[in-house]
Amino acid sequence: MVTAMTIINRLRASVAVSVLIVVMTATASRSASAQVELAGSWAARNHEDALERGGGPYAVDYTGIPVNDEARLRALSYSASQLSMIERQCSLWAQYYLVTGPFGMKISNETDPIDGSTIAWKIGGWEDRAPMTIWMDGRPHPSKYAIHERGGFTTGVWEGSTLIATTTHMKASSIRRNGTPTSDEATMVTSFIRHGDVVTVLVVVEDPIYLTEPVMYSKSFELDTSPQMPIGPPCVAGYEGVDDWQVPHFLPGTNPSISEMTELYHIPREALMGGAETMYPEYRKTMKDGFVRPEKCVRNCGGPR
Amino acid sequence: MIARRAHSVALIVLVALSPIGMVAQGRGEAPPPTAKADAPFDLTGYWVSVITEDWRYRMVTPAKGDYQGLGMLNPAAMKVAARWDPAADEKAGEQCKSYGAAAILRVPGRLHITWADDNTLRLEFDAGVQRRIFHFGSALAKSAERSWQGDSVARWEVPRGRGRPGGPPPPKFDSLKVVTTNLRPGYLRKNGVPYSESAVVTDYFDLIPQGAREPLLVVTTIVEDSEYLTQPFIVSTQFRRQADARGWDPTPCSPTW
Repeated sequence: MVTAMTIINRLRASVAVSVLIVVMTATASRSASAQVELAGSWAARNHEDALERGGGPYAVDYTGIPVNDEARLRALSYSASQLSMIERQCSLWAQYYLVTGPFGMKISNETDPIDGSTIAWKIGGWEDRAPMTIWMDGRPHPSKYAIHERGGFTTGVWEGSTLIATTTHMKASSIRRNGTPTSDEATMVTSFIRHGDVVTVLVVVEDPIYLTEPVMYSKSFELDTSPQMPIGPPCVAGYEGVDDWQVPHFLPGTNPSISEMTELYHIPREALMGGAETMYPEYRKTMKDGFVRPEKCVRNCGGPR
Repeated sequence: MIARRAHSVALIVLVALSPIGMVAQGRGEAPPPTAKADAPFDLTGYWVSVITEDWRYRMVTPAKGDYQGLGMLNPAAMKVAARWDPAADEKAGEQCKSYGAAAILRVPGRLHITWADDNTLRLEFDAGVQRRIFHFGSALAKSAERSWQGDSVARWEVPRGRGRPGGPPPPKFDSLKVVTTNLRPGYLRKNGVPYSESAVVTDYFDLIPQGAREPLLVVTTIVEDSEYLTQPFIVSTQFRRQADARGWDPTPCSPTW
């Protein structure tokens, strides 16, 4: 016999179950379309800027970089032998090297043990680039007087399904691995855009000291079943036979590589000196009349191996 | 009996609140929104290429045999590239081979995007005076003739990721995906690196916020070509928005410049 109490208990249980289902359905529906998974191993696809990302750029090539006069002068005085100095051995590899360098990336996330939310995304370092930790917990950037480190300090937010990370507190470095300088006031905004198994990473760098406008680079990566290493041996100083007291450099007007790209590719010297105007289509008009295409590639020609 | 009724009522409420319920309610009522009405962001207007990458392959014409970054070319592609003859292309009326859908976004210039109608997006390029037409919806009749810009099917892409419960709701769509086929054979790089008529070009158009500045347009292009490529060719290209047509300079295709 069913008592009134039994009916009430069944009613309570039924309502409770239904409410639970409604809540779970609503929650699942909301979470199914929120942020994007980035964790994993991502292989680099260096189908653009391949020489620059791989073997390295030519010593005097500032094309497409909005350098100011001071940056140009410093770049022309740069000697790669500076890497033999202990205090400068890692100076070429700032966080932007994520997209201007050759390597893939290993991304992992640190999660909150209570609610599972991502506290930080971590991009493993390479042998010459420091790891990047992207804090997602809303913490502020340090004071402008805080120490600047090679890895900088990075926070992130989601804009739709794109992760936008802002990096400050980096050390002075180079936007291109030929000594084109960036200062320790440079900041970087990195966007991670995922489409299926491809992630495109866009980096926009601003520098009030050496750049007249932001410069941007993007690079695509494909999801890889082979693990990408999140670490590597540290950058080390090479031996160049340079005395301890000497900073390798070229005095104004003495850079021996200034004509290299003009001879190889017929690119006018003015273009090699860079500047914001070289980033835009109109600049082609300034070269059109004088440019003669080299007949055949003779060095660094790439292609299948 | 009371319990059974209560359970039934709860289930009806559940179905009505669920996405399936919402779909069912919509059936037979208003027509589906147009692509234009559904657009999650506004791509229309003028855009200018920002050439910070592949400068010496985009701003000037590279030498024959310069294949940096193109390790995915197969022997057949290398043979075709080695025969590159821009004068012959011009003579044959094929001066637009490096302005096809697989390469046009890499050509320095300006891009003008407008809605041709509620379900058709039109992209015009001043470089080479080219035009791409993006048709939304799955039914696209294949053109009788292959063309430099091919036939393109577009859709706003819905992110499929999962986030934490209680997190902020995402935008309805995040990106524009365009798949292009039915192409005339063309060049991936101006110095004769080929893609074939079998090529499938997939472009993702993303607007990336830049704080107080205008968002940047980033297009990720993936070219798959079983005839000439051993793996997909993937590049990404940036554009900055312009307020007007400043700098718009229609220029015919050139096989040498």
